[in-house]
Amino acid sequence: MKIGIPKNGRFGEFGGKYIPETLAPAIEELEKNYLKIRNDKNFKKELGRLLIDYAGRPTPIYFARNLTKTIGGAKIYLKREDLLHGGAHKINNTLGQALLAKRMGKKRIIAETGAGQHGVATAMACASLGLKAEIYMGYVDTLRQKQNVFRMELLGAKVHAVKSGSMTLKDAINEAMRDWITNVDSTYYLLGSAVGPHPYPLMVRDFQKVIGIEIKKQMKKIPSVVIACVGGGSNAIGTFYPLIDTNAKIIGIEAGGKGVKTKLHSAPLTAGKKGVLHGMMTYLMQDEDGQISETHSISAGLDYPGVGPEHAYLKDKNRVEYKAVTDDEAINAFLILTRTEGIIPALESAHAIAHAIKISKKMKKTESIVVTLSGRGDKDIDIVKEYLAKNVKNKRKV
Amino acid sequence: MSRIKEKFNQLKSKKETALISYIMTGYPSEKATLSAVRGLIQGGADIIELGFPFSDPIADGPTIQMASTESLNNGTKIDNFFSIVKKIRKESNIPLVLMTYTNILYNQTYLKFISRAKQAGIDGLILPDMSIEESNEYVKAAKKIGMDTIFLVSPNTEKDRLEQIIKSTSGFLYMVAVFGTTGVQTKIHKYTLDALKNTKIAAKGKIPVGVGFGVSTEKDVQKYVSSGADAVIVGSANIKIIENTPANKIQTRIAIFTKKLKNKTR
Ligand SMILES: Cc1ncc(COP(=O)(O)O)c(C=O)c1O
Repeated sequence: MKIGIPKNGRFGEFGGKYIPETLAPAIEELEKNYLKIRNDKNFKKELGRLLIDYAGRPTPIYFARNLTKTIGGAKIYLKREDLLHGGAHKINNTLGQALLAKRMGKKRIIAETGAGQHGVATAMACASLGLKAEIYMGYVDTLRQKQNVFRMELLGAKVHAVKSGSMTLKDAINEAMRDWITNVDSTYYLLGSAVGPHPYPLMVRDFQKVIGIEIKKQMKKIPSVVIACVGGGSNAIGTFYPLIDTNAKIIGIEAGGKGVKTKLHSAPLTAGKKGVLHGMMTYLMQDEDGQISETHSISAGLDYPGVGPEHAYLKDKNRVEYKAVTDDEAINAFLILTRTEGIIPALESAHAIAHAIKISKKMKKTESIVVTLSGRGDKDIDIVKEYLAKNVKNKRKV
Repeated sequence: MSRIKEKFNQLKSKKETALISYIMTGYPSEKATLSAVRGLIQGGADIIELGFPFSDPIADGPTIQMASTESLNNGTKIDNFFSIVKKIRKESNIPLVLMTYTNILYNQTYLKFISRAKQAGIDGLILPDMSIEESNEYVKAAKKIGMDTIFLVSPNTEKDRLEQIIKSTSGFLYMVAVFGTTGVQTKIHKYTLDALKNTKIAAKGKIPVGVGFGVSTEKDVQKYVSSGADAVIVGSANIKIIENTPANKIQTRIAIFTKKLKNKTR
């Protein structure tokens, strides 16, 4: 299976560019510049240096001996994106795009953020490259991720709390797009996941695929199973893409919230329907009229009603299996990993860990699972604390 | 001939510019929508543009966003929308245009949605997030059913692209006046007037050119009329009036405002 550059901006039938006409010249300019820079040796060299010296690449692959022993079954390895500067995989993408923006002569950068991780990574990349950053964040998210709001402000970014719609990630994207429409000439929109109109899903995948490339190099054998969590799908596509043409089983984990049978989840690949949002055709959570549904997840970074079009394609082609993990299961995995390995995972990443725990029991000791640990969990400790106070029963399980 | 085309032909022979008036369906209620429509007709609007709310209106500014959210919170469904359109059709033959976002159509398939809209009495469609690149299936379905497809162009749309968009457009071409979202604007920019001139040249008299986004006063209307627009489109200003008017006065106030604007188009 070979994917490469999507033809007409589409992965199979998914993707495209459903955009207001005012953005058409900007998207065209972006596409032209990106396709040129994609193979530019100097650009690659400059980005490569930044990834090493500034972001901390390559990240280790760690054999989780204690976790493996506790669960019993396949060997579980963690790809440690949590050790990157800023504490998540997001910096891989923001450095790439900020460098591109600089090459394009754009001085003002806007971005959306959910959990605040992409906002922080954007603010860092902009501070280091001398660019001005403004971040849109849903008001509800500014309340549940207060620390990240302050981090962004310390880094010199301006944070706009978005009070329209459901006041979460999707509304932050809406507002960033409105800003872009208004300031189209001066502004670069630095999207944080593998979503949006073409060429964003391609570009974000390209900047994140370093994860999968390193996994391939670091593992002696192609792993039996590879798992990553899917919000918009950037850490997942970065993990999966280089492994698509191997025989590894690939699994993407969506946020099952309070269960995919309830309406309170964020699992469009598991329980959504095709539709058009934020410039792309993909699987979406929506009602019978096509109104986008409000989503729920305990992790703000997975709380999004859509998903990157390449994932929609990989699902329909049956190359990647997509499953949902509930809030409860994610919290449980968070606690298990923290206690057994001394690693506090982001709640997003804990979803992927939960699935690894679920399946490793049934696998042979000679088999291996690689889980992308997309971020560290310091940002989530208040949420976990609150959850545990409410759910005494979970506390006992550990 | 479509109702929209016929209307433009009539206006042309009278040397008048079209006044196209936008309101949001279901804001603040179904009843208010019908009152506003009656006011618009009474005031002399030539074409009515009915918004159907979408949860994520990326091309809209705060006023229409607020109206969309409120309409959805009031429970506006696509079935309500079509039944309102049918009610209007019992009272008037005025051209009706639906403005909404792509997903609302995509959800039912273009063909099915457009035939339902046609049956209810809609004459044309405006989808601000439907780009020309992705429009094949949509335009094909609309042609088949006899629905006008009103595309948007922007002041930064280049000539080749403009020509390509005009080819897929029927009814009229919607020129966005500003770099920005819908909403009340304070001044008319030179770049807008330049773009209007170029768009008119590209349209070669084959398709009328309407100007919208931020058109809200008699002065705005006059300026665009004298600059050669075939239509002016007023939206957020109507929503503002509806927002600040008790339900029993909506029809009268909208009629008075519309009449003032319409006078500047003759
Ligand atoms: C640590 C972490 N993992 C995963 C995600 C989800 O994003 P994506 O699916 O694009 O990797 C986020 C988003 O904020 C995140 O912060």
